[in-house]
Amino acid sequence: MSCFILGTGILAVTTSKIFRSAIYLLFSLIGIAGLYFWMQMEFIAAVQIVVYAGGIVVIIIFSIFLTEHSGKEMRRPVKSRKVFSSLAVLSGFALTYLLINQNTFKANSTVGGEVSVANIGSQMLSTTEHGYILPFEVVSMLLLAAMIGCIVIASSSNSLKGGHDNKKNVRKNLQKDNMPGQAFAVKEPLEFNESVSGNSGETL
Amino acid sequence: MIPLTHILFVSTALFFIGMYGLFTRRNIISMLMAIELILNSININFIAFNKYLFPDKLDGVFFTLFIITIAAAEAAVAIAIIINLYRSHKSINVEDAEEMKF
Repeated sequence: MSCFILGTGILAVTTSKIFRSAIYLLFSLIGIAGLYFWMQMEFIAAVQIVVYAGGIVVIIIFSIFLTEHSGKEMRRPVKSRKVFSSLAVLSGFALTYLLINQNTFKANSTVGGEVSVANIGSQMLSTTEHGYILPFEVVSMLLLAAMIGCIVIASSSNSLKGGHDNKKNVRKNLQKDNMPGQAFAVKEPLEFNESVSGNSGETL
Repeated sequence: MIPLTHILFVSTALFFIGMYGLFTRRNIISMLMAIELILNSININFIAFNKYLFPDKLDGVFFTLFIITIAAAEAAVAIAIIINLYRSHKSINVEDAEEMKF
Protein backbone atom coordinates (compact mmCIF):
# COMPACT_ATOMS: atom_id res chain seq x y z
CA MET A 1 0.00 0.00 0.00
CA SER A 2 2.67 2.47 0.94
CA CYS A 3 4.76 1.45 -2.08
CA PHE A 4 1.71 2.23 -4.21
CA ILE A 5 1.23 5.65 -2.59
CA LEU A 6 4.88 6.63 -2.87
CA GLY A 7 5.34 5.28 -6.40
CA THR A 8 2.34 7.09 -7.81
CA GLY A 9 3.34 10.21 -5.85
CA ILE A 10 6.80 10.19 -7.42
CA LEU A 11 5.29 9.63 -10.87
CA ALA A 12 2.87 12.50 -10.26
CA VAL A 13 5.67 14.98 -9.69
CA THR A 14 8.08 13.67 -12.33
CA THR A 15 6.00 12.78 -15.37
CA SER A 16 6.19 15.29 -18.17
CA LYS A 17 2.58 15.32 -19.28
CA ILE A 18 0.31 17.26 -16.98
CA PHE A 19 -2.77 15.12 -17.56
CA ARG A 20 -0.92 11.96 -16.59
CA SER A 21 0.34 13.79 -13.55
CA ALA A 22 -3.25 14.49 -12.47
CA ILE A 23 -4.20 10.84 -12.95
CA TYR A 24 -1.23 9.66 -10.89
CA LEU A 25 -2.22 12.13 -8.20
CA LEU A 26 -5.69 10.58 -8.21
CA PHE A 27 -4.22 7.10 -7.65
CA SER A 28 -2.01 8.39 -4.86
CA LEU A 29 -5.00 9.97 -3.09
CA ILE A 30 -6.99 6.76 -3.40
CA GLY A 31 -4.04 4.87 -1.92
CA ILE A 32 -4.06 7.27 1.04
CA ALA A 33 -7.76 6.55 1.49
CA GLY A 34 -6.87 2.86 1.58
CA LEU A 35 -4.35 3.63 4.31
CA TYR A 36 -7.13 5.29 6.32
CA PHE A 37 -9.32 2.24 5.82
CA TRP A 38 -6.48 0.09 7.08
CA MET A 39 -6.23 2.26 10.21
CA GLN A 40 -9.99 1.78 10.78
CA MET A 41 -10.87 5.42 10.18
CA GLU A 42 -13.69 4.72 7.77
CA PHE A 43 -15.29 8.15 7.97
CA ILE A 44 -12.03 9.94 7.14
CA ALA A 45 -11.42 7.52 4.28
CA ALA A 46 -14.87 8.22 2.87
CA VAL A 47 -14.35 11.98 3.19
CA GLN A 48 -10.96 11.61 1.51
CA ILE A 49 -12.42 9.74 -1.45
CA VAL A 50 -15.38 12.08 -1.80
CA VAL A 51 -13.60 15.40 -1.38
CA TYR A 52 -10.19 14.69 -2.89
CA ALA A 53 -10.80 12.06 -5.53
CA GLY A 54 -14.28 13.26 -6.36
CA GLY A 55 -13.87 16.98 -5.99
CA ILE A 56 -10.37 18.37 -6.11
CA VAL A 57 -8.96 16.08 -8.78
CA VAL A 58 -12.02 16.71 -10.93
CA ILE A 59 -11.61 20.50 -10.77
CA ILE A 60 -7.88 20.11 -11.43
CA ILE A 61 -8.64 18.06 -14.55
CA PHE A 62 -11.27 20.59 -15.62
CA SER A 63 -8.80 23.43 -15.28
CA ILE A 64 -6.20 21.45 -17.23
CA PHE A 65 -8.72 21.07 -20.02
CA LEU A 66 -9.56 24.76 -19.89
CA THR A 67 -6.01 26.02 -19.92
CA GLU A 68 -3.83 23.58 -21.81
CA HIS A 69 -3.71 20.91 -24.46
CA SER A 70 -3.56 17.70 -22.49
CA GLY A 71 -1.09 15.91 -24.73
CA LYS A 72 1.44 18.71 -24.79
CA GLU A 73 4.73 18.19 -23.06
CA MET A 74 5.56 20.55 -20.26
CA ARG A 75 8.70 22.63 -20.21
CA ARG A 76 11.48 20.49 -18.81
CA PRO A 77 12.97 21.76 -15.56
CA VAL A 78 16.52 23.04 -15.63
CA LYS A 79 19.10 20.39 -14.85
CA SER A 80 20.81 22.32 -12.06
CA ARG A 81 17.49 23.05 -10.37
CA LYS A 82 16.61 19.37 -10.53
CA VAL A 83 19.91 18.35 -8.95
CA PHE A 84 19.78 20.96 -6.21
CA SER A 85 16.18 20.34 -5.28
CA SER A 86 16.67 16.58 -5.14
CA LEU A 87 19.73 17.09 -2.94
CA ALA A 88 17.80 19.40 -0.63
CA VAL A 89 14.85 17.04 -0.49
CA LEU A 90 17.01 14.01 0.22
CA SER A 91 18.95 15.72 3.00
CA GLY A 92 15.72 17.01 4.54
CA PHE A 93 14.22 13.56 4.39
CA ALA A 94 17.32 12.01 5.98
CA LEU A 95 17.28 14.55 8.81
CA THR A 96 13.58 14.08 9.51
CA TYR A 97 13.77 10.32 9.43
CA LEU A 98 16.76 10.38 11.78
CA LEU A 99 14.70 12.41 14.25
CA ILE A 100 11.76 10.03 13.90
CA ASN A 101 13.98 7.02 14.53
CA GLN A 102 15.57 8.53 17.63
CA ASN A 103 12.28 9.42 19.23
CA THR A 104 10.37 6.78 21.10
CA PHE A 105 6.64 7.20 20.87
CA LYS A 106 4.69 6.13 23.91
CA ALA A 107 1.01 5.47 23.74
CA ASN A 108 -0.83 7.52 26.33
CA SER A 109 -3.68 5.12 26.74
CA THR A 110 -4.27 1.66 25.44
CA VAL A 111 -8.03 1.83 25.72
CA GLY A 112 -9.33 2.34 22.25
CA GLY A 113 -12.22 4.73 22.06
CA GLU A 114 -14.69 4.18 19.29
CA VAL A 115 -14.26 6.42 16.25
CA SER A 116 -17.81 6.33 15.04
CA VAL A 117 -19.67 8.95 13.09
CA ALA A 118 -21.96 9.56 16.07
CA ASN A 119 -19.01 10.36 18.33
CA ILE A 120 -17.47 12.64 15.73
CA GLY A 121 -20.74 14.49 15.24
CA SER A 122 -21.53 14.93 18.91
CA GLN A 123 -18.06 16.22 19.72
CA MET A 124 -17.95 18.49 16.70
CA LEU A 125 -21.17 20.25 17.60
CA SER A 126 -20.80 20.35 21.37
CA THR A 127 -20.22 23.65 23.13
CA THR A 128 -18.36 22.23 26.12
CA GLU A 129 -14.64 22.47 26.71
CA HIS A 130 -13.59 19.91 24.11
CA GLY A 131 -16.21 20.84 21.56
CA TYR A 132 -15.38 22.03 18.09
CA ILE A 133 -18.38 24.23 17.40
CA LEU A 134 -16.36 27.44 16.97
CA PRO A 135 -13.95 26.06 14.32
CA PHE A 136 -16.94 24.47 12.63
CA GLU A 137 -18.69 27.81 12.28
CA VAL A 138 -15.49 29.56 11.22
CA VAL A 139 -14.92 26.95 8.53
CA SER A 140 -18.46 27.34 7.28
CA MET A 141 -17.90 31.10 6.96
CA LEU A 142 -14.61 30.38 5.16
CA LEU A 143 -16.37 28.11 2.67
CA LEU A 144 -19.00 30.76 1.99
CA ALA A 145 -16.31 33.41 1.48
CA ALA A 146 -14.34 31.09 -0.82
CA MET A 147 -17.42 30.34 -2.89
CA ILE A 148 -18.31 34.01 -3.34
CA GLY A 149 -14.68 34.85 -4.02
CA CYS A 150 -14.41 32.16 -6.69
CA ILE A 151 -17.49 33.44 -8.49
CA VAL A 152 -16.26 37.03 -8.35
CA ILE A 153 -12.74 36.16 -9.53
CA ALA A 154 -13.84 33.85 -12.31
CA SER A 155 -16.49 36.18 -13.69
CA SER A 156 -14.75 39.55 -13.44
CA SER A 157 -12.13 38.63 -16.02
CA ASN A 158 -14.18 39.88 -18.97
CA SER A 159 -13.87 43.41 -17.72
CA LEU A 160 -10.12 42.92 -17.46
CA LYS A 161 -9.72 41.55 -20.96
CA GLY A 162 -11.83 43.99 -22.92
CA GLY A 163 -10.05 47.32 -22.77
CA HIS A 164 -13.27 49.38 -22.71
CA ASP A 165 -14.23 51.06 -19.54
CA ASN A 166 -17.88 50.85 -20.34
CA LYS A 167 -19.57 50.20 -17.03
CA LYS A 168 -22.81 49.08 -18.55
CA ASN A 169 -21.01 46.52 -20.64
CA VAL A 170 -19.17 45.21 -17.62
CA ARG A 171 -22.33 44.90 -15.62
CA LYS A 172 -24.04 43.06 -18.42
CA ASN A 173 -21.14 40.67 -18.66
CA LEU A 174 -21.24 40.14 -14.94
CA GLN A 175 -24.90 39.27 -15.01
CA LYS A 176 -24.44 37.04 -17.98
CA ASP A 177 -21.51 35.25 -16.43
CA ASN A 178 -23.12 34.57 -13.12
CA MET A 179 -23.53 30.92 -14.05
CA PRO A 180 -20.44 29.94 -16.03
CA GLY A 181 -19.31 26.36 -16.21
CA GLN A 182 -16.35 26.78 -13.93
CA ALA A 183 -18.43 28.36 -11.21
CA PHE A 184 -20.42 25.16 -11.09
CA ALA A 185 -17.29 23.09 -11.02
CA VAL A 186 -15.96 25.25 -8.25
CA LYS A 187 -19.12 25.27 -6.21
CA GLU A 188 -19.74 21.57 -6.27
CA PRO A 189 -17.08 20.23 -3.86
CA LEU A 190 -17.65 23.05 -1.42
CA GLU A 191 -21.32 22.35 -1.07
CA PHE A 192 -20.69 18.68 -0.82
CA ASN A 193 -18.16 19.24 1.88
CA GLU A 194 -20.66 21.20 3.89
CA SER A 195 -23.24 18.53 3.45
CA VAL A 196 -20.73 15.95 4.69
CA SER A 197 -20.12 17.99 7.80
CA GLY A 198 -23.83 18.49 8.20
CA ASN A 199 -24.50 14.80 7.94
CA SER A 200 -22.16 14.08 10.78
CA GLY A 201 -24.16 16.49 12.86
CA GLU A 202 -27.48 15.00 11.96
CA THR A 203 -26.64 11.64 13.40
CA LEU A 204 -26.81 13.04 16.91
CA MET B 1 0.19 -4.10 13.89
CA ILE B 2 3.07 -2.39 12.16
CA PRO B 3 4.91 0.25 14.21
CA LEU B 4 4.18 3.94 14.04
CA THR B 5 7.55 4.83 12.53
CA HIS B 6 6.69 3.05 9.30
CA ILE B 7 3.64 5.20 8.78
CA LEU B 8 5.70 8.26 9.65
CA PHE B 9 8.21 7.12 7.03
CA VAL B 10 5.46 7.05 4.40
CA SER B 11 4.15 10.47 5.34
CA THR B 12 7.63 12.01 5.48
CA ALA B 13 8.49 10.58 2.08
CA LEU B 14 5.23 11.91 0.65
CA PHE B 15 5.92 15.34 2.13
CA PHE B 16 9.34 15.52 0.52
CA ILE B 17 8.02 14.22 -2.80
CA GLY B 18 5.61 17.14 -2.70
CA MET B 19 8.46 19.50 -1.86
CA TYR B 20 10.43 18.17 -4.84
CA GLY B 21 7.47 18.79 -7.12
CA LEU B 22 7.06 22.28 -5.72
CA PHE B 23 10.74 23.05 -6.35
CA THR B 24 11.09 21.65 -9.85
CA ARG B 25 7.76 22.32 -11.53
CA ARG B 26 7.05 25.69 -13.05
CA ASN B 27 3.44 25.08 -14.02
CA ILE B 28 0.91 26.46 -11.54
CA ILE B 29 -1.43 23.48 -11.74
CA SER B 30 1.46 21.07 -11.12
CA MET B 31 2.54 23.13 -8.13
CA LEU B 32 -1.02 22.97 -6.83
CA MET B 33 -0.93 19.18 -7.13
CA ALA B 34 2.34 19.10 -5.17
CA ILE B 35 0.69 21.16 -2.42
CA GLU B 36 -2.15 18.63 -2.30
CA LEU B 37 0.42 15.87 -1.75
CA ILE B 38 1.97 17.82 1.14
CA LEU B 39 -1.42 18.39 2.78
CA ASN B 40 -2.19 14.69 2.46
CA SER B 41 1.03 13.70 4.16
CA ILE B 42 0.09 15.96 7.07
CA ASN B 43 -3.33 14.32 7.24
CA ILE B 44 -1.68 10.90 7.42
CA ASN B 45 0.42 12.15 10.31
CA PHE B 46 -2.59 13.42 12.25
CA ILE B 47 -4.54 10.22 11.75
CA ALA B 48 -1.58 8.00 12.65
CA PHE B 49 -0.81 9.89 15.85
CA ASN B 50 -4.46 9.85 16.82
CA LYS B 51 -4.70 6.13 16.15
CA TYR B 52 -1.48 5.04 17.81
CA LEU B 53 -0.84 7.47 20.66
CA PHE B 54 -4.25 8.81 21.69
CA PRO B 55 -6.81 6.20 20.71
CA ASP B 56 -9.35 7.52 23.22
CA LYS B 57 -9.51 11.01 21.75
CA LEU B 58 -10.81 12.39 18.47
CA ASP B 59 -8.79 15.56 18.01
CA GLY B 60 -6.68 14.29 15.12
CA VAL B 61 -9.84 13.37 13.23
CA PHE B 62 -11.15 16.91 13.63
CA PHE B 63 -7.90 18.46 12.51
CA THR B 64 -7.91 16.21 9.45
CA LEU B 65 -11.48 17.14 8.62
CA PHE B 66 -10.73 20.85 8.87
CA ILE B 67 -7.56 20.49 6.79
CA ILE B 68 -9.51 18.67 4.07
CA THR B 69 -12.15 21.41 4.10
CA ILE B 70 -9.60 24.21 3.87
CA ALA B 71 -7.72 22.33 1.14
CA ALA B 72 -10.92 22.11 -0.90
CA ALA B 73 -11.55 25.85 -0.50
CA GLU B 74 -7.94 26.61 -1.33
CA ALA B 75 -7.99 24.49 -4.49
CA ALA B 76 -11.20 26.14 -5.66
CA VAL B 77 -9.85 29.67 -5.16
CA ALA B 78 -6.52 28.72 -6.74
CA ILE B 79 -8.21 27.36 -9.83
CA ALA B 80 -10.36 30.47 -10.20
CA ILE B 81 -7.17 32.55 -10.05
CA ILE B 82 -5.43 30.23 -12.54
CA ILE B 83 -8.27 30.54 -15.06
CA ASN B 84 -8.23 34.30 -14.67
CA LEU B 85 -4.44 34.35 -15.14
CA TYR B 86 -4.73 32.20 -18.25
CA ARG B 87 -7.24 34.58 -19.76
CA SER B 88 -4.97 37.58 -19.27
CA HIS B 89 -1.55 35.99 -19.95
CA LYS B 90 -2.35 32.99 -22.22
CA SER B 91 -0.03 30.90 -20.06
CA ILE B 92 0.01 29.26 -16.65
CA ASN B 93 3.75 29.26 -16.20
CA VAL B 94 4.93 31.14 -13.13
CA GLU B 95 7.79 32.71 -15.03
CA ASP B 96 5.39 34.38 -17.45
CA ALA B 97 3.57 36.22 -14.68
CA GLU B 98 6.18 38.53 -13.25
CA GLU B 99 4.59 41.96 -13.32
CA MET B 100 4.81 42.31 -9.56
CA LYS B 101 8.35 40.99 -9.32
CA PHE B 102 10.68 43.44 -7.65
